[in-house]
Amino acid sequence: MNRLEINLPGLHLKNPVMPASGCFGFGREFGSLYNLSDLGAIMIKATTVEPRFGNPTPRVAETSAGMLNAIGLQNPGLEKVLNEELPWLAQYDVPIIANVAGSTEEDYVEVAKRISTAPNVHALELNISCPNVKTGGIAFGTIPEVAKSLTKKVKEVSEVPVYVKLSPNVTNIVEMAKAVEDGGADGLTMINTLLGMRLDLKTGNPILANKTGGLSGPGIKPVAIRMIYEVSQQVSIPIIGMGGIERAEDVIEFFYAGASAVAVGTANFVDPFACPKIIKDLPELLEQLGFDHISECTGRSWK
Amino acid sequence: MIVNENCTIVSQKEIAANIYELILRGELSAEMKEPGQFVHVKVADGHDPLLRRPISIANINHEKKEFTLIYRQEGRGTTLLSTKKESETVDILGPLGHGFPIEETEPGETALLVGGGIGVPPLYELSQQLVSRGVKVIHVLGFQTKEAVFYEDKFMELGQTFVTTVDGTYGTKGFVTDVMKDLSFDTIYSCGPKAMLKAVEANYAADKKVYLSLEERMGCGIGACFACVCHTADDPTGFSYKKVCTDGPVFRAGEVVL
Ligand SMILES: Cc1cc2nc3c(=O)[nH]c(=O)nc-3n(C[C@H](O)[C@H](O)[C@H](O)COP(=O)(O)OP(=O)(O)OC[C@H]3O[C@@H](n4cnc5c(N)ncnc54)[C@H](O)[C@@H]3O)c2cc1C
Ligand SMILES: Cc1cc2nc3c(=O)[nH]c(=O)nc-3n(C[C@H](O)[C@H](O)[C@H](O)COP(=O)(O)O)c2cc1C
Ligand code: FES
Repeated sequence: MNRLEINLPGLHLKNPVMPASGCFGFGREFGSLYNLSDLGAIMIKATTVEPRFGNPTPRVAETSAGMLNAIGLQNPGLEKVLNEELPWLAQYDVPIIANVAGSTEEDYVEVAKRISTAPNVHALELNISCPNVKTGGIAFGTIPEVAKSLTKKVKEVSEVPVYVKLSPNVTNIVEMAKAVEDGGADGLTMINTLLGMRLDLKTGNPILANKTGGLSGPGIKPVAIRMIYEVSQQVSIPIIGMGGIERAEDVIEFFYAGASAVAVGTANFVDPFACPKIIKDLPELLEQLGFDHISECTGRSWK
Repeated sequence: MIVNENCTIVSQKEIAANIYELILRGELSAEMKEPGQFVHVKVADGHDPLLRRPISIANINHEKKEFTLIYRQEGRGTTLLSTKKESETVDILGPLGHGFPIEETEPGETALLVGGGIGVPPLYELSQQLVSRGVKVIHVLGFQTKEAVFYEDKFMELGQTFVTTVDGTYGTKGFVTDVMKDLSFDTIYSCGPKAMLKAVEANYAADKKVYLSLEERMGCGIGACFACVCHTADDPTGFSYKKVCTDGPVFRAGEVVL
């Protein structure tokens, strides 16, 4: 019996575990460590129309039970991703979810239109929640009407289902979720990183060159669980949950909160084998907990 | 190949003020070849500290399946590491990165190895590999003060060794560059603080082969997170980049912007 196989809009997944965008590059590094076909899917690094160098270094700073990053959406640009990265990934039997970023609506539309035609891209993830770029990005993620309008425009051009990645840096996450659902989103992914900052003890200066960065890792898990719990009961589209997942137990907790699949980010840095380990551990954990299939866990906490 | 393994501590001792020598045993030592590569160390189980710490490989002993790390006790991570005792294990990911190209110095030629402070450790494995290749080695090792000096005798066994201290309490007072100017050699291999690397590059890159090992804050250490990038020298404000963790940490001088 396969306890892990699931179907979501555009995605037939062997298992519901995938690396989160920006924490796995375009797969090449991990491809030399294990077989990427073992993964449920791969969320590739944010892609923008033009190449981006990103922010100056230091780009990461450690925190208790987490890390701050301000990479600044470094990526080789749409052309290279289409011609080099996606064809390389096509050797694996794994659906790709393309993370789409930009600073204007036109940027997003351009990337979405072209990247959604790649044969192994089975869904888009609209990144309207990156805290580390000066323009665009975050406005799309914090103002419901702006998010809705962008979702609509992208839906018009995309050849594949569109998931919208929500920012936790808002006062009302449910309102954002409903707005993008109204805009036609096929699913949600949440959460992106929480805006944070760290200062150097000796100099008093910010550790990150960008001053602020996005907090990720085990420390943000309770925030993610709470937001997924709230949102999943108010929308009828599925949620891919993320934020601090490290082990199979965390995956079940996300499902209980209302997720239908999960992504693993920071844990890949601590243990590059985190994803395959979680996938291996899940069936036995489900067995122990008395579930025949992982989808039975979704929304157990509701009411 | 990159391996993740719990390696056993063979010994750990303080060899200079706040400088620890940690000898580990593990199968992954078989993968260690190039001098200048590093390992990513998880200093404690659990979430604090969360990230691994990059530490250079200072010595490889394939017969005993052992390798040595030499580190300065600095912040939380290295302080925790320094409390680990013999026969405990340490979670190691490695070997990582590209090290010093020994083949760039022909047998019979002279290599100058220039280290500053905690940049000295990887030069020890490098020096041994150069010597077995028939290269003559000269070491110039810079430290802050007398108490911080380590491995001088080990380097002396391999070749001529000069020590400088900033405060003049040991060896020549001043910086490594003060000693370098009187020496003759064919190639330079260097690891240490950025200011030192910049000085070495500025003074010698024009007419010598110079290789520099860089430091940058890291996330993954394997090339996936883009934490550790630097601009390439031929495109200093553009999109081309190198990752310190996988393209480096060793670069030819003039390849990347320091
Ligand atoms: C390729 C490479 C090789 C290195 N080799 C050695 C070595 O052989 N011996 C040695 O003593 N040190 C070495 N370092 C530096 C060493 O990684 C840091 O001293 C160490 O990470 C500090 O950790 P901490 O917890 O004590 O300090 P904290 O300040 O508490 O660390 C906080 C965070 O900052 C990072 N960080 C702090 N200082 C540095 C630094 N200088 N470089 C990179 N990240 C840093 C830590 O990894 C951690 O993520 C090397 C660094 C690199 C990049
Ligand atoms: C170094 C780093 C880079 C990231 N880059 C992106 C990105 O390009 N696009 C995106 O949508 N999210 C990005 N994220 C956010 C993650 O995909 C994820 O939403 C977040 O880190 C929470 O999950 P985690 O706690 O498991 O890491 C990045 C996170 C990190 C740590
Ligand atoms: S540390 Fe992640 S890319 Fe270098």
